[in-house]
Amino acid sequence: MEKPKVKEHHIKRSWCKGCGICVSLCPKGVLELNEEHKAVPANASQCVGCRTCERMCPDLAIAIELEQEHETTD
Amino acid sequence: MAIDQYLRKRFFPHIWCAGCGHGIVLNNMLRAVDQLQINQNEMVMVSGIGCSSRISGYVDFHSLHTLHGRALAFATGVKMSQPNLTVICPMGDGDALAIGGNHFIHACRRNMDLTAIVMNNRIYGMTGGQFSPLSGTGITATTSPQKTIDREFDIISLSLASGATFVARTTAYHYKEITNYIKEALQHPGFSVVEILSQCPTHFGRRNKQGDATEMLQRYRQNTTSIGSEAKQKNPELIERGIFRQETAPEYCAEYAELINRAQQS
Ligand SMILES: Cc1ncc(C[n+]2csc(CCOP(=O)(O)OP(=O)(O)O)c2C)c(N)n1
Ligand code: SF4
Ligand code: SF4
Ligand code: SF4
Repeated sequence: MEKPKVKEHHIKRSWCKGCGICVSLCPKGVLELNEEHKAVPANASQCVGCRTCERMCPDLAIAIELEQEHETTD
Repeated sequence: MAIDQYLRKRFFPHIWCAGCGHGIVLNNMLRAVDQLQINQNEMVMVSGIGCSSRISGYVDFHSLHTLHGRALAFATGVKMSQPNLTVICPMGDGDALAIGGNHFIHACRRNMDLTAIVMNNRIYGMTGGQFSPLSGTGITATTSPQKTIDREFDIISLSLASGATFVARTTAYHYKEITNYIKEALQHPGFSVVEILSQCPTHFGRRNKQGDATEMLQRYRQNTTSIGSEAKQKNPELIERGIFRQETAPEYCAEYAELINRAQQS
């Protein structure tokens, strides 16, 4: 199976409460909390598109957009 | 995002604390509704009072935010009058099984087509951390500074004994199971109970030295196992996750319609 290519990490800054769940559970260390305690995709190129962060965010603040999805919706 | 259409975005960010498991339940519950393609105008969410019960304010379904412990009573009324609607009833452990315990067992017994979700954080979150009938022994709460001596209910055994026809359990860590079990429960033609262990880092976690939200989630991973697993045989202390019962029995609204039919013909 081909690794899904991630187009963008959409993170709603005003919804994120900085709990750190996405940071700890991301298997690739993609996410970090910035100085304002908001999640940011610091190592976006490492993302494998598993969506763990999206599904485990208690604040519904993350949406992962994959390349393929973008192409099929075009 | 796929689930945005089900949210009342004007009420976000929501009121739950950072790292509260209730948000993970909401997140993955909406994915179940999305995957089943249920028309949101045919969904009704009925809740009582508690942090967990605030969930009904965030969904763009028909919603009723009712009285502490009485969500199932109101849900029963809604379903009796509009049996074609899909009715989901998320409750806290206190809401469902302390003040609402009597409603809960009788709802199980009747087998009306309702989906009950118990968001079990083993504490009264909203009122500041009193122990609940799900806390179990040895727990520090505002009402048990010397630790609890009360034993806990087992929601699964209680639901099975009371007659629920779909019974499942998972945790906030196991997000795929949340979505899958809620999907099964919503499709089940009878009374469904889905227990979801949900962390309250603010009261339960802090007072019981369980660390932050991530540590509490890791604990669910370590303390639970699939039903009948080898791990369970080796360590009986593990809490089982999975579907404990899935069987059909006469559904209350269908029986009631039948009864009306009989009465009209006699
Ligand atoms: C009739 C009545 N009794 C008591 C209360 C106070 N009260 C509000 S929420 C709550 C318990 C909350 O705990 P739980 O249902 O477990 O939900 P959580 O907040 O932990 O999600 C209580 C006792 C109330 N609102 N109404
Ligand atoms: S899980 Fe959600 S709320 Fe928590 S830090 Fe990540 S984006 Fe923010
Ligand atoms: S999709 Fe997976 S790999 Fe990518 S940031 Fe989220 S958790 Fe990490
Ligand atoms: S008090 Fe506990 S249950 Fe209530 S919102 Fe905060 S973490 Fe969640």
